[in-house]
Amino acid sequence: MSLWVDKYRPTQLGKLDYHKGQAEHLKKLVNGGDFPHLLIYGPSGAGKKTRIMCLLRELYGAGVEKLRIEHQNFTAPSGKKLEITTIASNYHIEVNPSDVGNQDRVVIQEVLKTVAQSQQLETSQQRDFKVVILTEVDRLTKDAQHALRRTMEKYMATCRLILCCNSTSKVIPAIRSRCLAVRVPAPSVDEMCSVLTNVCKKEGLTLPSQLAKRIAEKSGRNLRRALLMCEACRVQQYPFSEDQEVTEADWELYLRETANMIVQEQSPKRLFEVRGRLYELLSHCIPSDIIIKGLLTELISNCDGQLKAEVTQMAAQYEHKLQQGQKAIYHLEAFVAKFMSIYMRFMEETLMDAF
Amino acid sequence: MEAFLKGRTGASKEGTHQNATAPGTSGKRDKQNRKTAHTPWVEKYRPRSIEDVAYQDDVIAVLRKTLQGADLPNMLFYGPPGTGKTSTILAAARELYGADMFRDRVLELNASDERGIQVIRDKVKNFAQLSAGGTRPDGKPCPPFKIIILDEADSMTQPAQAALRRTMEKQSKTTRFCLICNYVSRIIEPITSRCSKFRFKPLANEILLKRLKEICEKENVKCDEKGLEVILDTSEGDMRKAITTLQSASRLKLGDTIVQQDIYEISGVIPSEWIDKLMAACQSSSYEKLEAIVKEMMLEGHSAGQILIQVFDSVIPSTDLNDKQKSVICERIAVADKCLQDGADEYLQVMDVCTVIMWQKGH
Repeated sequence: MSLWVDKYRPTQLGKLDYHKGQAEHLKKLVNGGDFPHLLIYGPSGAGKKTRIMCLLRELYGAGVEKLRIEHQNFTAPSGKKLEITTIASNYHIEVNPSDVGNQDRVVIQEVLKTVAQSQQLETSQQRDFKVVILTEVDRLTKDAQHALRRTMEKYMATCRLILCCNSTSKVIPAIRSRCLAVRVPAPSVDEMCSVLTNVCKKEGLTLPSQLAKRIAEKSGRNLRRALLMCEACRVQQYPFSEDQEVTEADWELYLRETANMIVQEQSPKRLFEVRGRLYELLSHCIPSDIIIKGLLTELISNCDGQLKAEVTQMAAQYEHKLQQGQKAIYHLEAFVAKFMSIYMRFMEETLMDAF
Repeated sequence: MEAFLKGRTGASKEGTHQNATAPGTSGKRDKQNRKTAHTPWVEKYRPRSIEDVAYQDDVIAVLRKTLQGADLPNMLFYGPPGTGKTSTILAAARELYGADMFRDRVLELNASDERGIQVIRDKVKNFAQLSAGGTRPDGKPCPPFKIIILDEADSMTQPAQAALRRTMEKQSKTTRFCLICNYVSRIIEPITSRCSKFRFKPLANEILLKRLKEICEKENVKCDEKGLEVILDTSEGDMRKAITTLQSASRLKLGDTIVQQDIYEISGVIPSEWIDKLMAACQSSSYEKLEAIVKEMMLEGHSAGQILIQVFDSVIPSTDLNDKQKSVICERIAVADKCLQDGADEYLQVMDVCTVIMWQKGH
């Protein structure tokens, strides 16, 4: 028994639930014979991977679904050993080069070389190229992206790349111009509702439309998350009721409590307590940019007008520093401390004005 | 090149295998067809002679004199991408030497080749030292020198450039250099003073349009006027970008008419309604509205870099901001752009810029 997310993942371009026009275009692209490199981008949970798998199936048929997991070893020029996990079928290989951090260039070159140098057998029935899927391209180093640029041209005859990322801002223009960019927007709330209802119907459950809508809204238009939430609801209580509580992740509640603590009291003692909570969040592998964004949304709702703009700019500034720095905790704490000082000054001023 | 050759040998092997079962010729022809389909149009429609190069009159005039038998100076071509720098020198070289001698007489190195100081010392120097005759194999006269093309020269390291200096002078009897770059400021002074500089202008829209229409006709692509207009807008005088966009669009639509919307989608440009909405939200000085719209734009998958570019384009001509306000906003956009390059969060950076705009508009 698998999760609903995987169980009801569409496997054919024709069966996708939304962005049907785009699916048509992709189908034409496959049938046109001339298949370019693709750059697929969009927010998480929008269905990028699903679309890629559908494309592969369209290209190679059902054989592509026989997946195997491999551990590959590479040696960097410096002598360091690298290990990376790849998912592959006979026709494609999927790698996440950013797993190995700074040495991603080596992985890209090695993987592409091995794939590109082996010829596809029986080209009469199959395509004469293989597909390499690189995920999280926006987290590749500049060095690796430049290396990619050369390899993309060099091995055009035997392999195609499908690059997958959240945003094109961090992909260098040279790569963007070599690929056909495909944007996958997040599904709208209505589209998500219909998907949720369909899945429930297939499971033999009835989902009230009100609840479906609440789940869709709460998930932030992330379909994967919505489906997981829906399944959680099912476990919690069935039959569904209209006003059933949609469970949130623990860390979200925890983050909200933390934000409330910051607003309640501004003192070094409180800062110390908040630091403890931030450590707790970080040690549970919550990405630091999500923490900062979550804090911001909560804090903002307690501020007014001008202060909002100020706090937002501050958050942007500290988040930037955080990305450049090594230890996330310093920057998170600096952000909290700064907010406390601004907020206290603001409260004092309003009190002064009141008198 | 290597892979290309490999692909070919693989193909011929395939052909021999097929001989046993099916007539090999059909298999080969199939291959041929596929191969032509894979050529990017940029290569397919590269100008073959210098007369075909559009819009760069002064360079063409100099090259034409050379073709008539005069000497050729060392040259430095600079200008924005896609204006025909590489095409011009390749076309000229082809006319000077003909297809056969082209390979012996021209050395082309671009940024993808290894181009450290060692390569300049060995490869370039060795090539430059060979002397060249004054006649072609078919008896026609040809200039007694070879050409070394250093494409994307601005990505060469400073020491490598320095190593070129003396070589350029010493080998002037047998070799002409042609350096191609986007930013002339990145070429060291001693090199620029040894070359005659030619600036390549961004192409005018009429010329781009004419070319695109020609290609549309030859490739049987249907594209309406509006669509072509958008291609011109997004390509900003860059012929390569325009042609690539057209080809991607035609692949995606395959036979259907290409319309405005497709081009927006492919080039990643955000439709102007979104930007208008964003600016309206900034105008309204309601933080909640702004937050909602920025979140939605992020969910639609638009990239922050592109949002910044388009916000910038709409701030500059706007009439309800004075110069000082504009300068504050632009500075902020520049900072945000740098932050994005460093890997900062997109949502926060866009919000940052938008709150600044909101503040400036409200005061």
